Amino acid sequence: MNAALLRELVPAVIGVLVRRGADFASAEDAVQEALIRALDTWPDDPPRDPKGWLVAAAWRRFLDAVRSESARRDREGAVDAEPPPDPVSGADDTLRLYFLCAHPTLPPAAAVALTLRAVGGLTTRQIAEAHLVPEATMAQRISRAKKKLEGLPLHRPGDLATVLRVLYLVFNEGYGGDLDLAAESIRLTRQLAALTDEPEVAGLLALMLLHHARRASRTGPAGRLVPLADQDRGRWDTALIAEGVVVLQAALARDRLGEYQAQAAIAALHADAPTADDTDWPQIVEWYDELLALTGSPVVRLNRAVAVGAADGAHAGLAALAEVGDDVPRRTAVLAWLRERAGELEAAAGLYVEAARAAPSVAERDHLTREAARVRALSGSS
Amino acid sequence: MKYLMLKHYRGGPTPAHDQPPMDRWTPAEVDAHMQYMSDFADRLRKTGEFVDSQALAERGAFVRADGAGRPPVTDGPFAETKDLIAGWMIIDVDSWERAVELAGELSAAPGAGGEAIDEWLEVRPFLTGVPGQE
Repeated sequence: MNAALLRELVPAVIGVLVRRGADFASAEDAVQEALIRALDTWPDDPPRDPKGWLVAAAWRRFLDAVRSESARRDREGAVDAEPPPDPVSGADDTLRLYFLCAHPTLPPAAAVALTLRAVGGLTTRQIAEAHLVPEATMAQRISRAKKKLEGLPLHRPGDLATVLRVLYLVFNEGYGGDLDLAAESIRLTRQLAALTDEPEVAGLLALMLLHHARRASRTGPAGRLVPLADQDRGRWDTALIAEGVVVLQAALARDRLGEYQAQAAIAALHADAPTADDTDWPQIVEWYDELLALTGSPVVRLNRAVAVGAADGAHAGLAALAEVGDDVPRRTAVLAWLRERAGELEAAAGLYVEAARAAPSVAERDHLTREAARVRALSGSS
Repeated sequence: MKYLMLKHYRGGPTPAHDQPPMDRWTPAEVDAHMQYMSDFADRLRKTGEFVDSQALAERGAFVRADGAGRPPVTDGPFAETKDLIAGWMIIDVDSWERAVELAGELSAAPGAGGEAIDEWLEVRPFLTGVPGQE
């Protein structure tokens, strides 16, 4: 029984406690405590029935908490110590937890933290380390999130779009501490895909798999960013790509297109090209048109301008870029790239410098700075 | 999103109010100021937004290497005209707007006569370690 298997039990155990009459916040706390105890004792003394052990330990902790609470308030016996027999569906419980933890009333950072703890079975410390904040801060963030959810029914389906957004947010956080958040979000999305029948869940899973397949080639020594065109395609994970394509095709066959399926289709076209020059850019532009129709997102419009530039040349790309608002992040980086392709090297170098100044991450800033240096060397100026 | 709120001993835009230096405040006024800072940090711990807070001494020096095998060169103490950082608080919040709101609160710590000092704080976003895009 390793930690990963243990984690998978967490949402089901929370579900059991809730069905026995515990409120979500207390049940989740009790399971977290039982989890920490299990991580501590199981390596030396593994239980024969891991789930039974967790349920028993968590239920005991829940009762202790209730008793000390009611002792304080002088109203003993509020909860029946005899648990009713376990009803059936653990799968539905887990699905409802996804909805609850990603409830639209929660700020994104809180939804991420709560999802990782209650659905992902991670400890507060692991989540805190992954986000580079103190454990006490993360504990408060989670307990405030649960306060916000107080009184919300656990038996009603919620907003799937918010759940997917939270999972994608976790995926994009990548590594943190010794925790691989990308792999964790794939696990959670895979589990969600097994619990639901929504093509968009499959679309998100496919998108994650296709992106994840390129991870090893995406950074060079010292975290240096390697753009798609320069990546060593021999290092792409072909098994993950194959799985992503199968998942995507099954989703597309349902004929209910959504933004994640469209994004995955674009990722699949990149994955399909043996070399960067073989990329089917016209078809990628078509997918961006679909995506734009679905979302109207300015970021999609920006990425579409890149695809148009690659498919129809820099001037077409610049025309597409003209429809993108000045305040869209990374617009200057795209403008630099298009101007470079249009042969305006000096202007491009200046724009790369400007884009580097506005970059949100160290890797992008350094990459754009190198691009500026490269283009300056090409243009022969200094 | 993480932001650094930098407090300066000196430097920055022209202060909004003339305030006597802290050593001219009454002990009770100094206590009230410190209490405000500590209450503020506690509040952010409770909201799950606190990351770190540190104060820096006024002393110190610039230091640089001076070639292999030679001791580093120092340049100090700091000139009176120099921008001087006094300390920082790091917060993890949902938006730039929230960071500005919190910096505004922190800036209004009480000073001499119990009046808000409304000092300038420098607010800077962290660059993330996550590359984001290919």
